Amino acid sequence: MKITILSGKGGTGKTTVSTNLAYTLSKKYKVQLLDTDVEEPNDHLFFNVNVEKEESVDILLPVVDNDACIRCGECAKACQFGAITSFPNATVVFKNLCHGCGACSMVCPVNAITEVPKSIGKIVLGKINDNLKFGMGLLNIGEPSGVRIIRQLKKHIDENVDVVLIDSQPGTSCPVVESLRNIDFAILVTEPTTFGLHDLSLAVDLVKEMEIPAGIVINRDTGNTNLIDEYAKKENIPILLKIPFDRKIAKLYSEGKIFSEYLPEWEEKFANVFDTIKGMVK
Amino acid sequence: MKQLAIVSGKGGTGKTTLSSSFGALLSPVVLADCDVDAANLNLMFNGKLEEKYDYYGGKKAIIDQDKCDKCGICKKVCRFEAINFENNIYEVDPYACEGCNACVIACPQNAISLETALSGEYYYSVIDEQKEIVHANLNPGEETSGGLVAEVRKLALKKAEEKGKDIVLIDGAPGIGCPATSSITATNYVIIVTEPTSSGLHDLKRIVETVRHFRREFGVVINKYDLNPDVSKQIENYCLSDNIEILGKIPFDELVEKSNLEMKPIVLYENSIAGKAIKEIFEKVMEKLK
Repeated sequence: MKITILSGKGGTGKTTVSTNLAYTLSKKYKVQLLDTDVEEPNDHLFFNVNVEKEESVDILLPVVDNDACIRCGECAKACQFGAITSFPNATVVFKNLCHGCGACSMVCPVNAITEVPKSIGKIVLGKINDNLKFGMGLLNIGEPSGVRIIRQLKKHIDENVDVVLIDSQPGTSCPVVESLRNIDFAILVTEPTTFGLHDLSLAVDLVKEMEIPAGIVINRDTGNTNLIDEYAKKENIPILLKIPFDRKIAKLYSEGKIFSEYLPEWEEKFANVFDTIKGMVK
Repeated sequence: MKQLAIVSGKGGTGKTTLSSSFGALLSPVVLADCDVDAANLNLMFNGKLEEKYDYYGGKKAIIDQDKCDKCGICKKVCRFEAINFENNIYEVDPYACEGCNACVIACPQNAISLETALSGEYYYSVIDEQKEIVHANLNPGEETSGGLVAEVRKLALKKAEEKGKDIVLIDGAPGIGCPATSSITATNYVIIVTEPTSSGLHDLKRIVETVRHFRREFGVVINKYDLNPDVSKQIENYCLSDNIEILGKIPFDELVEKSNLEMKPIVLYENSIAGKAIKEIFEKVMEKLK
């Protein structure tokens, strides 16, 4: 079973839900937790991760041999990202714009372009305990997009574990889609505010478009969740869990602790969430 | 004209609390909500929609099945794993396609073309005589949010110029990737909002590095600093040792929750302790922009 945890927006409690689920489920199942929030991964801060392997994520950057280049400009014409320009004296690659697609070297009539790998980030793999494997991606500062890193991280999904939990990037753009590809279920984390509802509805649009079954976790519940309850009913999405707005929980989080480890009544609640999901995924 | 950006390494640290308050205090001003994935700022101001624009982001490849002879070259050259072979046909996965053109070039049958895709919309709304806002909506699953952020900023600058406004306030996109950096390039000053959690400190270091990478002048605001005094101290020590100015510390204030529910910037609540702290930060930042 592969589950992605997402939220229309950051700060709603994705990390809280991911780490608590990973911790509680690993008591009973083999679990793998993957942090694909590659711009700002946080899950590892809540565990002692035994790092076993690091892997660079590379794209191929073109290098122009300006002695061989005849300045025909075909490469610049082929490039959709404005990353290569042919000047009278030289053809120049703008590295930060390059997506590493290879189109320029394909069209060069004199084979003046070769490609060299450039690291845009890395993947860290390891384990937290015998039942809990861990992986995360990390995008280098200044790199535009983490999609490739997420893709490479997901290649390390262990098909032999019982549950794979993927902590997604916030938002609903391309990296989030990447974290949702080929998974069985999506947990949408939200807050019971007008903002929360607005962002939740964006996430719901996305999972519906991708035809992924989903459930909602309401975080920072202050006792009045009508807004979300009504919306969930209307959209026919079950509410899996409500986590109260509780200073104790907020404090444990701020200290980098998993709250269900300290408030054991929550272990069962998170375990129940998984049972509900199992019932929904055929 | 001055451009001021408010960013945070991560969402949920209180960026909207701060930017809506700055928006309320600044007059005249043009606001630019660059958090295009989940734009919230206009919800706080309820601006009246005046202009609407389509945003065309990247292109996507399309395979003409009549011309395709199923040679599979397109799948081989695609480095984004965007071409699937299922039910005996080659098809482009629009979510994965970056519109790079490689498959178009490689196809021996000329069966593939690039088509421009509508990726979202952006809007110009008027809040009152002194305040305007440019905001956007990115369609779910789109990759080109950095481009949309650039459009939002461009329109905000244009409006500010037309109306003779001195300041554009940018509510930045979270993270450190393309949308986030698109929010801070060429700004005059950047405010980084953080909160005292261990992940907050981790994220702060990454956004600081990012802002430095783009050589912007910046300062840090610690939101809800009293929620965890130990981590707050760690953040302060980090800033001190790294020569980073702390612009101010905002106390945890239950009125903020109320202001979010009532959709009213927190500085407009007279007895709010958070609002008071934000006003002081505001004065400090205005000095810097002079």
